[in-house]
Amino acid sequence: MKKLLLATAALALSSGLALAQDVVRMGTEGAYPPYNFINDAGTVDGFEIELGNELCTRAGLTCEWVTNEWDSIIPNLVSGNYDTIIAGMSITAERDEVINFTQDYYPPTASAYVALSDAADLAGGVVSAQTSTIQAGFIAESGATLLEFATPDETIAAVRNGEADAVFADYDYLLPIVEASGGELMFVGEPVPLGGGVGMGLRETDLELRDTFDAQITAMKADGTLNTLLIKWFGEETQTY
Amino acid sequence: MFASCATPETLAGLNWYLCYLTTGKHLGLYWAFGTVLLLLAITAPAAMAFGFGGAMAARSRFLPLQWLGKAYISVVRGVPDIAFFLFFVIALDQGFEWLRHQWKCPDWDQPIRQGNDFIVCSAAKLPLSNSAQWIHEVYGFAIAVLTFAIVFGAFAANVLYGAMRAVPRPQLETAEAYGMNPRQTFWRVLVPQMWVYALPGLSNLWMVLIKSTPLLFLLGVEDIVYWSRELGGTKTPQFTDYPHGDWRMWYFLFLLVFYLCFTKVSEVVLGRIMQRLTFGQATSGGEAQRKAAT
Repeated sequence: MKKLLLATAALALSSGLALAQDVVRMGTEGAYPPYNFINDAGTVDGFEIELGNELCTRAGLTCEWVTNEWDSIIPNLVSGNYDTIIAGMSITAERDEVINFTQDYYPPTASAYVALSDAADLAGGVVSAQTSTIQAGFIAESGATLLEFATPDETIAAVRNGEADAVFADYDYLLPIVEASGGELMFVGEPVPLGGGVGMGLRETDLELRDTFDAQITAMKADGTLNTLLIKWFGEETQTY
Repeated sequence: MFASCATPETLAGLNWYLCYLTTGKHLGLYWAFGTVLLLLAITAPAAMAFGFGGAMAARSRFLPLQWLGKAYISVVRGVPDIAFFLFFVIALDQGFEWLRHQWKCPDWDQPIRQGNDFIVCSAAKLPLSNSAQWIHEVYGFAIAVLTFAIVFGAFAANVLYGAMRAVPRPQLETAEAYGMNPRQTFWRVLVPQMWVYALPGLSNLWMVLIKSTPLLFLLGVEDIVYWSRELGGTKTPQFTDYPHGDWRMWYFLFLLVFYLCFTKVSEVVLGRIMQRLTFGQATSGGEAQRKAAT
């Protein structure tokens, strides 16, 4: 009887492990086009969703997408509510102390200012940025007054309604917005290179999963599929590998 | 949803709005109204149960139980809601997983806390990481209900505790004189009479509860305020078939109307309950009803 119990327990345990290995929960924000956003059908879409699905297919994993607010995206990862962060998160030394990153799947790029007019005061005025981003950290040290918002969309709205003189964010996030604004918004000042590229975030103890994704990213860089995806979502002028 | 919605760029006027308001994303918003109403319907009785338990414990003549009741009331009322919702939910979730871990994986040899990480064996995960998305959502919802019930239960406990003490002493003495034991006095005399004193405080709590549902998104449940913010934000043509400017004002205006209507309905219902409870009571309201009847 005891043996039987043990055997069942072992079986349950091993099958549990095998199954859990197969489903990887991918955490994203769903509010940062073209990286990740909610499409008209109400499901997650964007560069990172297509990339993530491709990585999972290649690694033979089943992936499930989860949306989480940006502010609590790291606490929920380390607490085990999902297994990866794939949300346009730049690789920085501060974040690397808390979580692990894969290699970058998006090259280090510039962040840029967008304002209503050329005359915007970038050095001493009010600049909006999303909370807990490298851009917010940069503005806090730049001498301008930092105005933080929980979502990227609100940082743009603050410029439109005059609350902020300019917004500081990833160039690729701002580009489609500036293009669609019909001349209302424009890039001002010089672009600032920030961060070490965008990578996937994983728990520090999840080394095996990190290596799996890392290997697949290397493979996608080598056969050019990553570049195809980058051009599809960010346009011809974007940086590629 | 409709066949004509296949080519949104050709639509104009009413047809455009018809298609726009029936996208999958908007269905998410409508669904969220149901989620919020369901949450209220479950949380209100659950919080009342916590409140009643807390008040009974605080009145208990058994000292440790009394301390427990009083500690629950003062600690939960003292901690800011948002801190409670951010910290407590993750702690509650980890607590459940830790218990399951002890039970399911007794021969696990690695530490549960490794640096910042919280690692339990995969069989102890709650819900299991391979369960369907809807199970994760139901679990998140249940955690939300529990948290709301604990927080609002503490406030309700304080209200009920005060209401129990507001019942006129002679009523209880009369009950004792008739030979009722403390338990009978409590259930047959005290409880039926206290509701009239508790209702004004409880109705305040209900109003606050209605408006605190945006805290849900902190718990990963997508509520109506989340969807309104998401849908109302500026949409550029690259990423949607229905581009528009910053429409958050209209979405939030719609929410305002919804909340005001809901408040009005609540007030009418609570007014009726008050009238019912006042009937035959030794209060000024009960006296007024008696005079009007004769």
